[in-house]
Amino acid sequence: MNAALQKAITTLITSMADDALILGHRNSEWTGLGPIMEEDIAFSSMAQDKIGHAWALYRILQEHLGGEDPDQFAFIRAAKDFTCCHLAELPISSYDFSLMRHFLFDHAEAVRYESLQQCSFEPLQQLSKKVKGELKYHTLHADAWVLQLCRGGEESQQRMQAALDRCFPLAAGIFEPGPQDALLADAGIYPGEQTLYDKWLNTIYPLLVNASLNLPDPAAIPPQYGGRYGNHTPHLQALLQEMGEVFRLDPTAGW
Amino acid sequence: MYGGGYIFDEPNKKQLREEQQHDDPEKLAIFEARISKGEKIEPGDWMPAEYRRQLTRLIEQHAHSEIIGALPEGTWITRAPGFKRKLALIAKVQDEIGHGQLLYNAAETLGKSREAMINDLLSGKSKYSNVFNYPAKTWADVTVIGFLIDAAAIVNQVANAKGSYGPYCRALERICYEESFHLKQGHDALISLATGTPMQKAMLQDALNRWWQPIMHFFGPPDKVSQHSEKLMQWRVKMASNDEMRNQFLDTYVPKLWELGLTLPDPLLHKNIETGRWEYTDPDWDLFFKVINGGGPCNQERLQVRRWAEEEGRWVRKALMNPKERRALPVA
Ligand SMILES: [Fe+2]
Ligand SMILES: [Fe+2]
Ligand SMILES: [Fe+2]
Repeated sequence: MNAALQKAITTLITSMADDALILGHRNSEWTGLGPIMEEDIAFSSMAQDKIGHAWALYRILQEHLGGEDPDQFAFIRAAKDFTCCHLAELPISSYDFSLMRHFLFDHAEAVRYESLQQCSFEPLQQLSKKVKGELKYHTLHADAWVLQLCRGGEESQQRMQAALDRCFPLAAGIFEPGPQDALLADAGIYPGEQTLYDKWLNTIYPLLVNASLNLPDPAAIPPQYGGRYGNHTPHLQALLQEMGEVFRLDPTAGW
Repeated sequence: MYGGGYIFDEPNKKQLREEQQHDDPEKLAIFEARISKGEKIEPGDWMPAEYRRQLTRLIEQHAHSEIIGALPEGTWITRAPGFKRKLALIAKVQDEIGHGQLLYNAAETLGKSREAMINDLLSGKSKYSNVFNYPAKTWADVTVIGFLIDAAAIVNQVANAKGSYGPYCRALERICYEESFHLKQGHDALISLATGTPMQKAMLQDALNRWWQPIMHFFGPPDKVSQHSEKLMQWRVKMASNDEMRNQFLDTYVPKLWELGLTLPDPLLHKNIETGRWEYTDPDWDLFFKVINGGGPCNQERLQVRRWAEEEGRWVRKALMNPKERRALPVA
């Protein structure tokens, strides 16, 4: 594998892993505080899956692409070196926001991991088989809850619509294109962000219609980009500060 | 997280006598004979009013202890150092919520709704294990809780699992199975600190010093002052005395702490070789009652967080209860 391709794959995997870690971290904040116990447990399971995916992706970087130890890479790195999207960074806010974020993000991930079933980089292709299976449950969960809350009376429906309006430009930011997209597509790694974005829209649109939600006009609303280039909301810095608080007491120690 | 060994109750001697008088003596005799044969009592079976009342209180307080117990550790989920600890801690706290769910379900079979139990928790009427009214100040506290509080809980829960009420026993069997993983993870995390850098060791010793008294309080006041009636023992609601459970805990875990080079802040703590019993300085029992009655460092905070969660989730629960017909047409 040539150096340019290696760098491009590293960029792709890092942003996928950063998304999963940061959103998994956010969602785990609901553990013990969810709206009902059954959902508390389900949401926490999915947060664990995400953090687990991130860990597995960082291990691919370490084992196959000359990357660092996953703990060091995740718990010490500066915010500007993270390439997660803004959607993942935002605080958990209310459950409507967290649930809508989960719905939009997990469908984006499902589309991405589906495309990776044919990935020419074997470690990623192997991992994507396992992750795809788990994501199936996540999207089923998200679909059922979005639908149920959209049919659960006026307040609930309005909250879900407001959450969608707020989340949509952020979620479109998941698919921020990068200079490596063409190279990765040519090398058979994955089809590139634009293709995934279109597939994602096609997936979520009928689900939103079924839930009687208005999809904001994608053409009229600019996606919230920046994360893939290390430009973040202030929330990421605060999150990382907290996440690394203990680890940084002594990064060389075993915890 | 755990029902402490101690189950809080207002003085109730008078009530006990009156209610017992109302129980049909023949039915009571059959009931007690079943229990002494080791049979389980099931929700539809006849039971004395006082048995129902005591069990409801016991299981409810245990359930509250699980969901309130999730809070001190839960605040460290976002700070757990490294992937392994982070995942283990989330999974553990999640388990505790699951324990709460199982126990509320078990308590509901006795006739009190989950909602009523939560209301009593939030109003302060219903108690939970005292130990969760102390703050988890550092990461080392999380390891001490994970190892020692879960260990104490196991002693208590293994005993209660042999009790007489079927739904509670079955919930406890599953809970004990999961608690054994918590204990293993807690022990592993504690060993990392105990065998780590000087800073880590100091952090752990400090946490242990602060948690020792709450842990000694965990099983409740000494038998000589505790008012648990013989009836509760005979009915297999209370399975072991406070001192018995405390002794069992000390016997298993103090040596493990000493082996790691840790010390405990009680110069009198030792095992009497002749009696086989542990001896120790009596912890401050006035403080114990003060904390139970709302005067601990975190009582207010714990209930506030729980109230926030209840308040924040209200619209969701309402939406789940009243599913409306879908709107005829999407507005798109
Ligand atoms: Fe526990
Ligand atoms: Fe528990
Ligand atoms: Fe536990």
